[in-house]
Amino acid sequence: MSTLDSKTPAGPIKDKWTNHKSNINVVNPANKRLIDVIVVGSGLAGGAAAASLAELGYNVKCFCFQDTPRRAHSIAAQGGINAAKNYQNDGDSIYRLFYDTVKGGDYRSRESNVYRLAEVSANIIDQCVAQGVPFAREYGGLLDNRSFGGVLVSRTFYAKGQTGQQLLLGAYSAMSRQINKGKIKMYNRHEMLELVLVDGKARGIIARNLVTGELERHSAHAVVLGSGGYGNVFYLSTNAMGSNVTAAWRAHRKGAYFANPCYTQIHPTCIPRSGDYQAKLTLMSESLRNDGRIWVPKSKENVEAIRSGKKKPIDLSADERDYYLERRYPAFGNLVPRDVASRAAKERCDAGYGVNETGEAVYLDFSSAIMRYGQEKANILHLENPSKEKIRELGEGVIESKYGNLFQMYEKITDDNPYKTPMMIYPAVHYTMGGLWVDYNLMTTVPGCFAAGEANFSDHGANRLGASALMQGLADGYFVLPYTIGDFLADDIRTGPIANDSPEFLEAEKETKNRLDALINNKGTKSVDHFHKRLGKVMWNQVGMARNGPGLKEAISEIQKIREEFYKDVFVPGTTNEFNPELEKATRVADFLELGELFAQDALEREESCGGHFREESQTEEGEALRNDKDYAYAAAWEWTGTPRGSKMHKEELTFNDIELKQRSYK
Amino acid sequence: MNLTLKIWRQKEAKASGSMETYKVSEISEHMSFLEMMDVLNEQLINEGKEPIAFDHDCREGICGSCSMYINGEPHGPDRGVTTCQLHMRKFKDGDTIHIEPWRAASFPVIKDLVVDRSAFDRIIQSGGYVSVNTSGNSQDANAIPIPKEDADNAFDAATCIGCGACVAACKNSSAMLFVSAKVSQLALLPQGQVERKERVLSMVDQMDTEGFGNCSNTGACEIECPKGISLDNIARMNRELLSAKI
Amino acid sequence: MAINKGFLNFSILRKFAMALSGLFLVIFLLQHLTINLTSVFSSDAFNSLSHFMGTNPLVQFLLQPILAFGVFFHLSMGLVLEIKNRNARPIKYAYSKPEENSSWMSRNMIITGVMIMLFLGLHFYDFWFPELKLKFIDGIWNNETRYFIELQHKFHDPIRVALYVLSFVFLSLHLMHGFQSAFQSIGFRNKSYTPFIKKLSSIYAIVVPFGFVCIAIYHFLAQ
Repeated sequence: MSTLDSKTPAGPIKDKWTNHKSNINVVNPANKRLIDVIVVGSGLAGGAAAASLAELGYNVKCFCFQDTPRRAHSIAAQGGINAAKNYQNDGDSIYRLFYDTVKGGDYRSRESNVYRLAEVSANIIDQCVAQGVPFAREYGGLLDNRSFGGVLVSRTFYAKGQTGQQLLLGAYSAMSRQINKGKIKMYNRHEMLELVLVDGKARGIIARNLVTGELERHSAHAVVLGSGGYGNVFYLSTNAMGSNVTAAWRAHRKGAYFANPCYTQIHPTCIPRSGDYQAKLTLMSESLRNDGRIWVPKSKENVEAIRSGKKKPIDLSADERDYYLERRYPAFGNLVPRDVASRAAKERCDAGYGVNETGEAVYLDFSSAIMRYGQEKANILHLENPSKEKIRELGEGVIESKYGNLFQMYEKITDDNPYKTPMMIYPAVHYTMGGLWVDYNLMTTVPGCFAAGEANFSDHGANRLGASALMQGLADGYFVLPYTIGDFLADDIRTGPIANDSPEFLEAEKETKNRLDALINNKGTKSVDHFHKRLGKVMWNQVGMARNGPGLKEAISEIQKIREEFYKDVFVPGTTNEFNPELEKATRVADFLELGELFAQDALEREESCGGHFREESQTEEGEALRNDKDYAYAAAWEWTGTPRGSKMHKEELTFNDIELKQRSYK
Repeated sequence: MNLTLKIWRQKEAKASGSMETYKVSEISEHMSFLEMMDVLNEQLINEGKEPIAFDHDCREGICGSCSMYINGEPHGPDRGVTTCQLHMRKFKDGDTIHIEPWRAASFPVIKDLVVDRSAFDRIIQSGGYVSVNTSGNSQDANAIPIPKEDADNAFDAATCIGCGACVAACKNSSAMLFVSAKVSQLALLPQGQVERKERVLSMVDQMDTEGFGNCSNTGACEIECPKGISLDNIARMNRELLSAKI
Repeated sequence: MAINKGFLNFSILRKFAMALSGLFLVIFLLQHLTINLTSVFSSDAFNSLSHFMGTNPLVQFLLQPILAFGVFFHLSMGLVLEIKNRNARPIKYAYSKPEENSSWMSRNMIITGVMIMLFLGLHFYDFWFPELKLKFIDGIWNNETRYFIELQHKFHDPIRVALYVLSFVFLSLHLMHGFQSAFQSIGFRNKSYTPFIKKLSSIYAIVVPFGFVCIAIYHFLAQ
């Protein structure tokens, strides 16, 4: 075990980034034209990085597996993006955003990175507005804000429930401009299957053209991974069907350390599972918790009555309902951070209070908010003695203007009208805080290989606050990486073009081809999904919201078994040289099967509870997560040695100079 | 429920395709349409046959990947939804469901139900953006107040997911709704004013070059659009182009 | 650069021209109907109005060529657009339900348009060609009373009347979509006027062709 150097610049935290920018190497504009950069992924991090690097003058090649960069899964983020603008004059500041993020992450993130994130957050909003992103506005024409879980100020900018879409389309438009200029060469329907190292530096990738099946060798002076998170290791998650770990995992196998794989965010407000055929879970924005109250019945009789359809949720009086978040966390109430809200839901459901057939659902109820807004609206309209129905109608109008698309989505999926009856929700895997270990420059342990956005581990610690993923993706892509990559590339101005037919490239190509051929030629009996589902089940049951030592050990051996079986018995139809979605799935699941084991191992190693990682052995008497700062105030970065089991852990000690470590409390 | 599916199969772009018939059984009404397709594919794989290729990704109606022409309508019989949000409760036991890819000269079929929609990308690349660098040195976000109504209208136009249902629904395979949504969004915002004229000219020119048809104002696109993009945008684009050209 | 391209090289401007010519024809129809209506009430009024239209140099040598061009342009551009639109979808859907999202009229402007074109052929054969022959070949310009007689003469034949009536049905269907669609094509659409235009369009599309039908039937029955 060795310690890792994050290369965080010295000096007071508020000057670190400014000083760093002034001191690092810069590539002059003429030389930037001589340098190629590969960007894998076209979401907020990848897309923003590709656009910004191209604007600076680098020659960018950008890869995405979707048919267009505009479909990256950042598009599905609903609620909003945080920024320390303090437009609401409620005492927000860079420091407060920094503090909230570190605290929300349960003190397992790198202070300097988080501060930088908070520092550039305001620029993101300026930038996006300049690009034509239509954020929500107030009647005076200024930007509107809302509040999110885990914070006490309103700093979240939003575009109805489609903020991610609007921000992504902003990045996509910036990319489109550079594609038009020829500065970005876009490779749609291409998937990175291998990272190529030349002389120890990341110099290119092997990508598969998903339409023709052809393997392509692409060289560059540096490789940026903005390939997102790995929540799909759980099979069921709110991630897109195509979201995968392959790009990051291939880099990991080539020497990039993988940090904190066990930090997973389970989002509290998702639509509950309805059956085994289910392929994916749907998130309902956390912003709903601004106005919705979460509850289950107080008595088991009522639970039974509701499950059997004898009673409806609206039949229960306020006394018969247990608003358990408001009960347990009076200060934050329904707006506790995601990990806390998720575990509280699980606690109630495990205790037998789940309100649907599977026993895995709680209510998210808008009736109070509807009546409150309705009354406000009636006052504005000067209605005298409005009837209850009138107030309800007005209130529903207000709720519709705030969350209309989410309510519509819920109704389409469940066939229930959430204006009339409470929504049913349950936690689901949503985001992975872990990822490739990066230094302050966002460079992984492979020189020249950078990771941005959800693909890296740096900013969210053990739990991410709502509306911070968009912030981090864009911060990394627009404002951090374009500067810091110069520090590495400054040495490459005389290198000249990187040849893509060197032995390293040919070897990597051959190895990738063999891997694909092996899958196709396996001719087993079970589909890829079969194995993915089994992996997901193990992950959810043993490595999900609550974990314990014996369970994790069991999970590790289970995953090994599934992996063995996978290579023995998987059936991938078709051939390698054609459009073959099953083959795409197979390569992704193969990597998930390795990651899953490392994931469980990391969870086993960390014998404390922190953020999204809850070890049953480490909890307070009240059942709250109990951190152990003495032994675990570090980031665990795993080095690949040939098998997941043999992975070697390196520690980056986390020091907190500007924030006092406290046991998190939202009571 | 038990269903008969008639699905377009086409090996690759150059191959000629045909409608094939499949049967699926024990489909739950709570399934999404794509989950039903998953069941069919699993069945085909277990029979050692090649599964049906179709585009899909987020499965929550926002990425715009899914693109099936179901029973004679893009994204199927429901309104305001993409194929992934269409649920089987919209169908009855014993139904025959016809599934085809988007049909347009500008959207060539890649395989089975997968089409190439890169023409949309090229239209955006021709000018569907504000030419500002991502330096972050732009002015403060609140420096220019924008009337709420304009911001809301711009947002409504900007919610287009680029799925191509408008093209698929239009008898002329016209891309007017898609193009006008972007033109409108930027024409409504102060940030879009500088390049307003050039943008609409370039984008419409590219749209024509790609081979999309003309707008006959049938209104089919608006009805089939999963995001409810309004025909107002097309009228606005017509005005924009006219004023840019005169 | 797109900015230097010719006016009719933009699909939208082709539609714009189509709409303008269409609206011009809509106005012409109204004028035509008004004059025809007088034939029901007074043969003299009809004759004198017709004579004015047939001999006034401004009408003959300015308005008439414009009208002819408008008809020709609307028709030929319609065909050009139809070909372009067909090329935009070389492979048709095997199974399609367009009625779920659009009206028959809006989808079949080419059919109703071509039917109107065929009708125009008949109409020109009946009235315009003889008129041209009379005026430009025979050189007879001053017969002020022939118009009503010619009209009556033509509507003597029940088959011709039936053809006229059928054509006006097609005209009605064409107008039902075309009138309001033209406003959309020129970008004239807003919350307060558009519903009115749509209503006006429907009324016009029914009343004007119906007017022509009534006149035709009246003259048939009156004989």
